[in-house]
Amino acid sequence: MRIVIAEDSILLRAGLTKLLADGGFDVVDAVGDAEQLLRAVGEHRPDVALIDVRMPPTHTDEGIRAALVIRHQYPGVAVLVLSQYVEERYATDLLSIRTSGVGYLLKDRVAHVSDFLDALRRVAAGGTVLDPEVVAQLLVRHRDNPIDRLTPREQEVLRLMAEGRSNNGIVDALRVSHSAVEKYISSILTKLDLPPTDTDHRRVLAVLKFLGS
Amino acid sequence: MAGLPRGVYRDHVISTEAAVPRLRGRALTTALGALWSPRSWRATAHALVGLPAGVVSFALTCGLPVGVGYSAGWSLLYAPGSDWASTTALVVLAVVLPLPLLVAVPGLTALHRRRFRSLLGVTIPPLPRRDGTLPRRLLGELGTSALWRQIAYHVLALFIGTVGAAVTAAFWLAGIGMGVVLALQLTGVWDNERLPSASSGLNVLVPAALLAAPWVARGVARVDTAAARALLGPSRSEALSVRVESLARSRADIVAATDAERRRIERDLHDGAQQRLVSLAMNLGMARANLTDTPEPARRAIAAAHDEATEALAELREFVRGLHPAVLNDRGLDAALSGIVARAPLPVRLTVAVPSRCSPVIEAIAYFVVSEALTNIAKHAHAHHAEVTVEHATGRLRVVVTDDGQGGATLGRTVNGDGTGLRGLAQRAASVDGTFALHSPSGGPTTITVELPCES
Repeated sequence: MRIVIAEDSILLRAGLTKLLADGGFDVVDAVGDAEQLLRAVGEHRPDVALIDVRMPPTHTDEGIRAALVIRHQYPGVAVLVLSQYVEERYATDLLSIRTSGVGYLLKDRVAHVSDFLDALRRVAAGGTVLDPEVVAQLLVRHRDNPIDRLTPREQEVLRLMAEGRSNNGIVDALRVSHSAVEKYISSILTKLDLPPTDTDHRRVLAVLKFLGS
Repeated sequence: MAGLPRGVYRDHVISTEAAVPRLRGRALTTALGALWSPRSWRATAHALVGLPAGVVSFALTCGLPVGVGYSAGWSLLYAPGSDWASTTALVVLAVVLPLPLLVAVPGLTALHRRRFRSLLGVTIPPLPRRDGTLPRRLLGELGTSALWRQIAYHVLALFIGTVGAAVTAAFWLAGIGMGVVLALQLTGVWDNERLPSASSGLNVLVPAALLAAPWVARGVARVDTAAARALLGPSRSEALSVRVESLARSRADIVAATDAERRRIERDLHDGAQQRLVSLAMNLGMARANLTDTPEPARRAIAAAHDEATEALAELREFVRGLHPAVLNDRGLDAALSGIVARAPLPVRLTVAVPSRCSPVIEAIAYFVVSEALTNIAKHAHAHHAEVTVEHATGRLRVVVTDDGQGGATLGRTVNGDGTGLRGLAQRAASVDGTFALHSPSGGPTTITVELPCES
């Protein structure tokens, strides 16, 4: 799997490069700012772009803006955005174009190597990965909508769906049975007024509703 | 008693006997010394220069306009009809003249200030400076007492100048001039019947006049200085308003500097310690994942170090986020508040209705109000729910934080007594002329209302 890294800290850039190489990924380029990132993505067309949010010159949201450009111009390139803090506003921006092939994680998560590499693979495969912290923030923002009708347990299931987990993932995370998870999900879909058409599609709609986008 | 000087006591006893002659001697030395003292000469020069300065001041501010006005009035009433041209000219002049003379007032004031500074070394405090063009400044000053007080001084300057110069000159001339005559007569160099005889009361009066002259000059200087300070300097309310302005400015500077400092520290930690810690945690994570064939104790140590590093990272992130969230600058208060509300250990309903941005300092304070209030609620209130409302109304940003806890909160309750907690919030709000209100009856609910200025 081919990856471009954009991270302004030399230390972390080297660390990430090593981490990914050890994990069997092919790091085709590692750059230090958004401008170089866009050039590298245009040139290499990687599977995933791994992007830091705060980069030169203004050290604010360069990474988010570059990620939006990539999502617009190169639909085939998945993006995984890393940051010291996650913000629901940035998440909403990232998800505004498409909810597939995108991830937004706290930088801390790279310390849990296998989880991080797993997230990277999920994003590359077209999945959505959101940090639990950002999901919590999105929940705060959407207390007034149908989500309120969900029980705490159903909200938890929906949160895990938003994090990009499959039914199996949810079973593992909540330590409940498969049938229980299926029951929760169908209840969620009913409460969110999503009539049964195509199950997978409804799942995305539920998450979208949850994210308010 | 060991430390007390005994000499003082002894000195005191002796002085009761020697005090009278010593004092008299000192008075004489002082009086004679005053004759040579530069201060006396400066005061004399000041009094003498006061006469022409006073004449000019009076003429320009009062004499000329009043004179022209009087002439215009007289010619309107009594002049023959044939002389209408000069009558008209006088009337026009009487109407127009005060305007350029108004411009002269600050100039005259500057002249007098200079006289005080160069001759007496006295600086009359400056008047508050007005902005804008000259005509606008003058129009503005017409409404203030400062202009009229200056004119009053310029009128008064004639009297102080005349009387001051005359009296000062009289004492010096009497002292020196008559002293010379007296000396000539006593030595017999110049004997003239018509001159007052040396045996008259003059031999007392002349030295007295001479010795008094410096003190008279100083007295005149003192009176003039008092008048100038009262009339040319700022009035009490003007001085206070200048002070208030400068205090407000310096306070705003301090608040902005504190804010900038927080941002700098946040940035430094973000670029430094946080990145290093992420790198460390990542390396430990890699070691933990890859070194599966190392002995069990080594693996346990690596795992423990890895856990420590990730915990430290989370703690540092929490701390740095509290300093100044970068998203606040970027996307504003609404976006930044999601973060703290989501991290609160109790459910919080957040409503933000702020259509436009406030200044960065105000936004930062509003952010900390919410952050500190929620921290406080989590620590003390025993609440199940909290509600945060931020709204913008007529130049004010209103932040209301309510909880359903036990109430009874007071301002005195601080987390660690150094500006955090509710008192810290009140201080922060006050630092930008905001208000802070706490309503917390025993049994709850508690409501904190903070209003901050926010011009949009």
